[in-house]
Amino acid sequence: MDPQQKAKQEAYQKLVKEHSPKPNAWKHVMWAFLIGGAICVLGQLMLDIFTKLERTETEAAAATLAAMIFLGAVATGLGFYDDLAEIGGAGTAVPITGFANTVVAAAMEFRREGIILGMGSKMFVIAGPVLVFGILSGFIVTLIRALLTGLF
Amino acid sequence: MAEKRIGQQTIILSNPPRIISHHCTVGPMEGRGPLAKYFDDILDDDLLGQTTPEKAELAILEQTINKTLNKKSLFVQDIQFYIAGDLLNQIISANFSARSIDTSFLGIYSACSTFTQGVGLGAILIDGGYADKVLSATSSHYQTAERQFRYPIELNVKRKPTNQHTVTGAGAVVLASDGDGPKITSVTFGKVIDLGIKDVNDMGSAMAPAAIDTLTQHLKDTGRTVGDYDLILTGDLSRQGKKMFTILAKDAGLSLGEKHQDAGVMIYSPQQPVGAGGSGCACSAVVTIGYVFKEMVQGKYSRVLIIATGALTNALTFQQGESIPGIAHAIVIEV
Amino acid sequence: MQYLIAFLVGGTICALAQLVLDHTKLAPPHVLVGLTVLGAILSGFGIYEPFVKFAGAGALIPVCGFGNAIATGMLQEVKRLGWEGLFTGAFEITGLGVTAAVVFGSVIALVSKPKD
Repeated sequence: MDPQQKAKQEAYQKLVKEHSPKPNAWKHVMWAFLIGGAICVLGQLMLDIFTKLERTETEAAAATLAAMIFLGAVATGLGFYDDLAEIGGAGTAVPITGFANTVVAAAMEFRREGIILGMGSKMFVIAGPVLVFGILSGFIVTLIRALLTGLF
Repeated sequence: MAEKRIGQQTIILSNPPRIISHHCTVGPMEGRGPLAKYFDDILDDDLLGQTTPEKAELAILEQTINKTLNKKSLFVQDIQFYIAGDLLNQIISANFSARSIDTSFLGIYSACSTFTQGVGLGAILIDGGYADKVLSATSSHYQTAERQFRYPIELNVKRKPTNQHTVTGAGAVVLASDGDGPKITSVTFGKVIDLGIKDVNDMGSAMAPAAIDTLTQHLKDTGRTVGDYDLILTGDLSRQGKKMFTILAKDAGLSLGEKHQDAGVMIYSPQQPVGAGGSGCACSAVVTIGYVFKEMVQGKYSRVLIIATGALTNALTFQQGESIPGIAHAIVIEV
Repeated sequence: MQYLIAFLVGGTICALAQLVLDHTKLAPPHVLVGLTVLGAILSGFGIYEPFVKFAGAGALIPVCGFGNAIATGMLQEVKRLGWEGLFTGAFEITGLGVTAAVVFGSVIALVSKPKD
């Protein structure tokens, strides 16, 4: 690229940066905190209920996750979760209900291109990276831990 | 030197074609905006009873075209060229709509500046004596654009303040060598300008330099000033792009003041959840057809410069880290 | 008390994620992947389990809990089976969540359409 054009580009990018709206950081963070926290409280409520019903802690935790995923899925189906996200931002994306939302929203969206090639192949289009990198990082840390503690 | 050209990029239409019929349709979201009373049709259901948003966009486009023709009892046989474009891959809405329009078809693409590109080309065909009547149309749809360029509709994404909301709607005009209606007097097709903006959440800033380039070139070519126009309407820069456009205009020594409006800013109210404003091929089309033409008839404006802007990106190139070139095509409309 | 801790811890994780989204060029998928990987790593160091004991749902519900569940499942299976556990363990605990998302997602996609 010729230097003159490059200087022009850099000057404009600097100008855009200066005039970009600054997100209202504290408001965003506060809403993420409140909504994310509220979803966790709901999870805690479920956990307490299931702890009384199930035999082990692991089972109670599993039942809680399933219930939260169910809630996230239903809220997505009703067209309500994305509106909540417009306020809550990361507060709706980070909890497990957000994971459910990514799967369900993709399934709904691509259903029109068919059950198999649409819904089936694109259901994990957003959630896929979480699974892939969760598994890869889990594999590596577990391998290291097993080697260090002599589990093999 | 071609005799109908002046300056570097501007074409003067010595037999200015008239816009003898026009129609615009918008979705429910646009119908809740401040321009609602100007639109010809406001849909209650943005899917128009169709099973997919792609089918809905096509249906909206076809309905708009039919109403444009019916308004002045025109028939497809009267039309010598149909020029259309949209945002979807392989401009599929335009291509499909041409199946039922039995005439020469020119499919065009310049993203959200497709409207002025189509009208400009149509006007040149008529002025040159190659056609008596040309139909030009364009469409966009929030849901089809979202799923092609961004995320599934129901996904939990918080909009950035610079994000734009694709207008659901369509606009169509019939240009003719004679008849009544506003006339197209000159056309300035823009150059592709890329100042290296890579943020897909801020298309407005990516397009503003192209809009300024087309505006300054147009003024230079014609020897006119901002004062010669009653309104300069940029297409879908939205709030952020309008801000950058205003700064660049000042740097270029132009004082626009109240004369400059942006279709993307006008179409929604600041209270609507649309980020920085509207975008999409339909944005400049419906604001021009709905608002500008009607206000011209009312006598509010007599000479208007429409500069529709387009961001030339696709869903793959931005992931590959490419920048977003902009383009802007201008047409002058007079009554 | 447990509810307050869950609220504060879960809320703080979400707030930090929002800060990253607002102040970097990262998109939501990047942040979700980052948190998941963080959860798996902390789990590998044995830090996440006491964190869950302390914060309850505040540690389980955010997506880092998902990374923890993957690593915890792998470790369980390694203890049971040896090296094969590295390959069988990922879905030991998370299989339920993934299956739930697939089943509910499919059912809902069949009955519900995206709305504006």
